[in-house]
Amino acid sequence: MSAAPAAPPLAVEMRGIVRRFPGVVANDGVDFDLRVGEVHALLGENGAGKSTLMNVLDGLYRPDAGEIIVGGQPVEFRSPRDAIAAGLGMVHQHFALVPTQTVTENVLIGLDRPRFRIDVGRYDDEVAELAARHGLAVDPRARIWQLSVGEQQRVEILKMLYRGARILILDEPTAVLAPQETQDLFRTLRSMVADGTSVVFISHKLGEVAQIADRVTVMRRGRVTAPGIPISETTTAGLAHLMVGREVVETIERTPFDSGPVVLSMRDVEAESDRGLPALRGISLDVRSGEILGVAGVAGNGQSELAQVLTGLRHCSHGSVTVNGVEVGNRTPRDAISQHVAYVPEDRTGVGTAPNLSVADNLIMKSYREAPVSRRWSIDTGAVRRLANRLREKYSIVAPSVETEARLLSGGNLQRLILAREIASEPRLMVAVQPTRGLDVGAIVTVHRLLLDQRQAGSATILISEDLDEILALADRVTVLYEGRLVGLFDAADADVAEIGMLMTGGTPSPAVAPGDATRIVP
Amino acid sequence: MTVQAPVRRPGRAAGLLPWRIHLERRLEVPRWLPVATTIGAVVVALVISGVILWFAGGDPIAIFIHIVRSSFGSLGVLSDTLVMATPLILTGLACALAFRMRLWNIGAEGQFLMGAWGASAVVLIPIVPAGTPSIITIPLMMVAGMLVGGVYGAIPGVLKAFRGVNEIIVTLMLNYIAALWIAYWVFGPWSEAGFQMTAQFPKGAWLPRLSDYSSAVPAFSGLTVHLGLIFGLVAAVLVRFLLFRSRTGYEIRLIGDSPRAARYAGVNVARNTVIVFALSGALAGLAGMSEVSGVVHRLQQAISPGYGFTAIIVAYIAKLHPYGVVVASIAFGALILAGREIQPSGIPAMIQGIILFCLIASEVVLRYRVRVERRVA
Repeated sequence: MSAAPAAPPLAVEMRGIVRRFPGVVANDGVDFDLRVGEVHALLGENGAGKSTLMNVLDGLYRPDAGEIIVGGQPVEFRSPRDAIAAGLGMVHQHFALVPTQTVTENVLIGLDRPRFRIDVGRYDDEVAELAARHGLAVDPRARIWQLSVGEQQRVEILKMLYRGARILILDEPTAVLAPQETQDLFRTLRSMVADGTSVVFISHKLGEVAQIADRVTVMRRGRVTAPGIPISETTTAGLAHLMVGREVVETIERTPFDSGPVVLSMRDVEAESDRGLPALRGISLDVRSGEILGVAGVAGNGQSELAQVLTGLRHCSHGSVTVNGVEVGNRTPRDAISQHVAYVPEDRTGVGTAPNLSVADNLIMKSYREAPVSRRWSIDTGAVRRLANRLREKYSIVAPSVETEARLLSGGNLQRLILAREIASEPRLMVAVQPTRGLDVGAIVTVHRLLLDQRQAGSATILISEDLDEILALADRVTVLYEGRLVGLFDAADADVAEIGMLMTGGTPSPAVAPGDATRIVP
Repeated sequence: MTVQAPVRRPGRAAGLLPWRIHLERRLEVPRWLPVATTIGAVVVALVISGVILWFAGGDPIAIFIHIVRSSFGSLGVLSDTLVMATPLILTGLACALAFRMRLWNIGAEGQFLMGAWGASAVVLIPIVPAGTPSIITIPLMMVAGMLVGGVYGAIPGVLKAFRGVNEIIVTLMLNYIAALWIAYWVFGPWSEAGFQMTAQFPKGAWLPRLSDYSSAVPAFSGLTVHLGLIFGLVAAVLVRFLLFRSRTGYEIRLIGDSPRAARYAGVNVARNTVIVFALSGALAGLAGMSEVSGVVHRLQQAISPGYGFTAIIVAYIAKLHPYGVVVASIAFGALILAGREIQPSGIPAMIQGIILFCLIASEVVLRYRVRVERRVA
């Protein structure tokens, strides 16, 4: 680094950061540095370890190994309070604001001074002045509940600036913003950077990274795949590639695609997100028995909604969804289950399992209505235990016993539990969302093999994943979901990674992007 | 690892104590721990109560001995304790069942009163003529009590399931309505000669007591334990069966642990909300029936010293387990009974409150491993 004489001093340096969670290594020896007065983008798919790394920097998590240097001094933060005292502030995706209080009051919250709010007017002026200096348009006297999401974000930034933050970490700040608000934020960031503030910008949106960042670090599966590369030396396609990866986990033997009858058929399906915005805008597709359709795309483009519409968990505002010719759209989840629609959800602990119930109780979630588990209204605990032990054996779920609570299982074992249960329900349609996110290599291989076995057994599978390698390894056909629409449909055999990467990020495939470009910035 | 190097910890005042307490999330809870913490919490609560009693000028040891003696000391007082425990068992089960699904039914008191009213209506409207044998009257009263309590309980269930109304507010408010409903009937239509109580029920509407058989077994003489205790014990067995051996119980536990997982499994959450509230109300209603038919023998305003509220504490102490409810109810029955002999009369209520506080506090030990770390000077 001393080789470049023009390089400004480092604001933050993180070396060899390791942070483990039960069953997952979220950060596996990560190096990261932030120069004074730059915007450094931290890019990666969900679960790549970006937020974990920054939470370690902010003192929210303590690293299992590694060291952190801020302003040339080694530090060991015990809490975000320590971090802010060292001039380091983080704005999380979920804001921590009191809705009924004013902007100024929220800015002052938790500070030792002022002890009593006698002269709030004076602080209003202070906050207004600070906001004006950084182009953060917000009325200090407004109450939080009156503000738009974009304005609330400005309050969060103000909070950090008021506390003297010179290093600002923004965790996916644009995820909640409208396009115009994003541009406002970028203007603010540029003015702050010109002022000597350093910014870490966490994102998985390539276009924005290219627009705002000076340098970019790419993470994937807890490791850095591109360390602090100047943005001018990158291409969008190359970044997409580093993000979704190239490393092949294992070459899996697959039999040729033997297409059967159409199992799933969607026609012009539209649905809204939880916030009432259009999430699916006219999806039509067919999936045949014995086929795996891979749906690639960056998270937040309608993936969750697509899976929920298929499994009866979300209403579609328009269109039809049929499985084996029976309508399941706009019905209950139970209707989908009775059509043998199996679902491996992306949220394993919140949706896929009940954490405080036993492994056995979790294994019967789909079969407790039928013999042999239940007889009319009673549940045969002996049959439950036999079934659970059989599945535990067959799918090598590592647990002390089937009475163990599910929350004590590691990520890989939890996913094996979910797959065991779903496969045992003899699916005709299997909906799998991010089935290997956060898993270790061994577990990934198991999950892949199970999905291929299902394909062999004749079920139709729709695999929704951000991991392009996974899709290319498993799918027979590949399509890309972008902003609620399916763009492009390829046979997996002749799919072009660069082209798919462009489609994933909203670009149109162009011949200008040669495959060689993608590998240019690999370290 | 970075251990040495000047650790910069700005902005934090030096601690007042030479150590700091760390809480670490427990990943695994040993089987014995919940029982141990419950017993530990009760012991701590008794020590705290003892200190307060001592400051108040009493002799804590003597008072505790007196409490035990006056609630378990002889067959007679043991019987009285069980009479106190009976409505607590039924209302405690009502709360435990609802709480299992994280439905906060604070309305067992109101459902108890409505159950008592429903049972009374059988003999006061009257639905059966005077002189009907108890073999017909009692079952009818049970059905009426459970039906009225169940319907009353279903109201917050329906409101929550289909309109998303907060059940805590609704059940709390319904308690007041139930109390005033009883007041209306005992002051008005059912008043006996202007007194604020109804006429005594005919003998056919009385639950049999042990003392009724004292001619056959002389030892039973004076023992007021009535058939309601059996209702409570049978209900505990049934609730346990429902929760752990039935499809509905499985759905209740699933929803209670993770509503999103339950929806994913195809469970109809709204339907179960109504069912559980109705069952909970029916159990509390049966408690009301058992109390008017087994103890008071008439309907009046003061039939409950707050059983429906104590039931919440009972359910918690029992960790929402049906059999635990039976044990906790007997303990609280003893405390209520002994309370009559202790002055000032607020002391047993204070002990109850301290026990609850300690139990809630003990949850920390269950969830976290507490570590005390020396501060480095």
